[in-house]
Amino acid sequence: MASYTLNVNGKTETVDVDGAMPLLWVLRDKLDLKGTKFGCGVAACGACTVHLDGKVARACVTPISTVGAQRVTTIEAIGQTKIGQAVQKAWLDVDVMQCGYCQAGQVMAATALIATNAKPTDKDIDTAMSGNACRCGTYVRIREAIKTAAGVDTKDTREV
Amino acid sequence: MADGNTINTSRRFFLLASAAGGGLLLSGCMTPADTTDGAPTLAATPAKPAAPVVDVNSFVAISPDGTIRIMAKNPEIGQGIKTMLPMLIAEELDADWSRVVIEQGDADATRYGMQIAGGSFATPMHWDNHRQTGAAARAMLLQAAATRLNVSVDELSTQPSFVVHTASGKKIAYGDLVADAAKLTAPDLKAVKLKDAKDYRIIGKPMRNWDSPRIVRGEPIFGIDVKVDGMKYAYFEKAAVFGAKVVSANTDEIKALPGIVDCFIVKAGPASNTKMGLSEGVAVLADDWWTAKEAATKKLKVQWDEGDTSTQATAKFDAKAVELAKGAPMSNLSKSGDAAAAIKAAAKVVEASYVYPFLVHAPLEPQNCTAYVKADGTVEVWAPTQRPSGGIDLIAAALGVDKAKIAVHMTRCGGGFGRRLDNDFMVEAASISKQAGVPVKLLWTREQDMAHDPYRPGGYHNFKAALDKDGKMTALANHFVSFGRPNASGALAVLSNATMAANEFPAGYVPNHSFDQSLMLGEMPTGPLRAPVSNAVCFAYQSFLDEAALAAGKDPIDFRLELLAATPTAAASAGGRPGMVASRMADVLKVVRERSGWDNRKSLPKGIGMGVAFYFSHSGYFAEVAKVKVEQNGAWRVLKVWCVGDIGSQIINPINAHNQAQGSIVDGISEMHQKITFDKGRTAQTNFYDMPLLRMDYAPQIDVHFHVTNNPPTGLGEPALPPVLPAVANAIYAATAKRIRTLPVTQKDISWT
Repeated sequence: MASYTLNVNGKTETVDVDGAMPLLWVLRDKLDLKGTKFGCGVAACGACTVHLDGKVARACVTPISTVGAQRVTTIEAIGQTKIGQAVQKAWLDVDVMQCGYCQAGQVMAATALIATNAKPTDKDIDTAMSGNACRCGTYVRIREAIKTAAGVDTKDTREV
Repeated sequence: MADGNTINTSRRFFLLASAAGGGLLLSGCMTPADTTDGAPTLAATPAKPAAPVVDVNSFVAISPDGTIRIMAKNPEIGQGIKTMLPMLIAEELDADWSRVVIEQGDADATRYGMQIAGGSFATPMHWDNHRQTGAAARAMLLQAAATRLNVSVDELSTQPSFVVHTASGKKIAYGDLVADAAKLTAPDLKAVKLKDAKDYRIIGKPMRNWDSPRIVRGEPIFGIDVKVDGMKYAYFEKAAVFGAKVVSANTDEIKALPGIVDCFIVKAGPASNTKMGLSEGVAVLADDWWTAKEAATKKLKVQWDEGDTSTQATAKFDAKAVELAKGAPMSNLSKSGDAAAAIKAAAKVVEASYVYPFLVHAPLEPQNCTAYVKADGTVEVWAPTQRPSGGIDLIAAALGVDKAKIAVHMTRCGGGFGRRLDNDFMVEAASISKQAGVPVKLLWTREQDMAHDPYRPGGYHNFKAALDKDGKMTALANHFVSFGRPNASGALAVLSNATMAANEFPAGYVPNHSFDQSLMLGEMPTGPLRAPVSNAVCFAYQSFLDEAALAAGKDPIDFRLELLAATPTAAASAGGRPGMVASRMADVLKVVRERSGWDNRKSLPKGIGMGVAFYFSHSGYFAEVAKVKVEQNGAWRVLKVWCVGDIGSQIINPINAHNQAQGSIVDGISEMHQKITFDKGRTAQTNFYDMPLLRMDYAPQIDVHFHVTNNPPTGLGEPALPPVLPAVANAIYAATAKRIRTLPVTQKDISWT
């Protein structure tokens, strides 16, 4: 057990945990931020996607001892950025959700994509989003919502 | 959306309307102040009206401020039922949808009747009674307004949330009428007049998923998010072999580890079915889940009695299935005419065997449940379940508790797909809480979810078809090899969902058929996976029909339309499963032919092909065309799927209906990559790297079209799924001349030059 001081959603948080404890469980069980989801525990589904200094990270395989001073952003705070807000709104307008369980991770991945690539192509979307599984199969709408949030033509340009 | 509306609840009148029990009661009542903010709460039962309430099942409650609270009675697993059922009430109530607040009902069979997410039942079950409930409430508001204005009810009409007297131009808000309406006697549900469909303002309009705003904000609305005061987190170690018993475990050593609150063996009593209900195991409790899981997976040592299933292996099943197929069938499921004679007399015989594997449900939210067995003997449970009554039954049996003492709050489910119709996680959580004496949140790992699932059973179909000189199918024979378990008399009885329908198409549409069955022992848990049975059998039958069509030298759509044009014999509706109306299926086939450009497919280059399939399940008629690209090395991708469905006269919530069909298609294609196999009694697959889910880059473009017909509306959670598998398999054949007779599709089998 050791004490770790974190920057989570702009707030300083101190937790006393085993250094091997993944960020996911610190967020969920220690800081009561339940928005970040557990799906696989091995970075194979993307449900636990958060941002570390704005970059996508899988919280389920990120030991708390490796987080350091990086800024942790979770779904609870993604609406505080302009892009995050646009992504949230697009998700509602397109009505992406079925069960919704993966969608926090999808929103986090999509926000990080648009933040670095304001006009993503279909290929960019495939590359950025393939780590995030949706068991309900809402991919058609996730693609449309990302383009809606980015303000680009929503037509699917892939080969048919 | 009204999500977040604040309701002044200190003293309000309710208008109570009941859709259950055939009667509708009205009650002026007061509620205690409640804490709901208009959205469902997880930790508390939604406030129920207190005395002097008349005890009725309340589905709609209007408060004086105009807020209309509608109870969503069924479990929400992503099918959109929490949004859709309230739309039916709101429509006939003529509610202003922006003033509607939807609340999740608890498990309560007395108030709500059957509560289940399964079978695509919800639309046909509630289409009439939910609309009648709304209409009855509207009738009471109209009557109250008529009395107040001293006019005849006939002079009144409604606009969203207002009663209008056109002659005088007077408008009264619903909220202003509640106090008067609450004194009236309710009309008979069956007697209320329903709207003409052309006047719908809510049904048929795109109503977005009610919970979505909370989901994009990351609010805690799933089972895994439940938090109860004093709660401990539990990991439950179970054997890799189904039905194993605990002999011993180093529980004292685990208890002594830092951060561990408790550790004990949970035994399954005689009332528990150890393969399908409460598994024996060892519970480890901590103040966070990861600490409990780490201790269990790294330090816990359990000695198991693995019992009778530790030799199960897929390789053995496959070999046995081949052996059984060669022998005489154990039983006949159905027959008409004389299939054997027709095959003997055939101009051409087509013969092929189809194999599909076991599958796991793998909803993305791992199994979990929060339970508190209290000192007073009552049990409170928070569960992402598709069938709360089943969980109550299991808990009552395992704990010896009266069912009436078990309260279940249904949380939003992070996917279901049939997995949560079984409630093993509920009885585990309750059993652990009982022993621990504290509220417990049990959470499974993904690996446990893969290892302990009511799997979709694998199966083996051995077909023979007879074609006459004109290429007409004169007979179809199938020797189906499946799995069974000994019943009370020792004979093998087919496992749950390891069946096939006796009237599987084209039974009754060809002059001769014989469907026979043999069973082998399977000691694994099985259960319904989305579009159960259909998701498997459709692949085999609609693929084999394609082979027959090509052997007959016919266009696969023409061949199917010819079959559908036959006047069906009694065999088409025998066997207890509803038969389809062939003309409805023919119509969706014709529409999908048109929309997909099917007749232009000959111009496609080698490596790109189109395939077709149709299926009737859950009262829905679906025909689908898939276009697939296969690289020479066998890498393949579905480029596009065209889906045409007939689910009756009304697509209630079109924006979600399209989503469900799109998702079914992605789900079906995903299944073509998946398998569950057993070795030494253990499930071989462990996580999403060896049990893959389809990803963004492999998800096709999808064209969904609903062919509206004058038939009662039916459900959509499932019927769009089955045809996509054979449509894709048939497209792979068209692209490569390689026939997919075994799932999953493997790249090496479909490489071409």
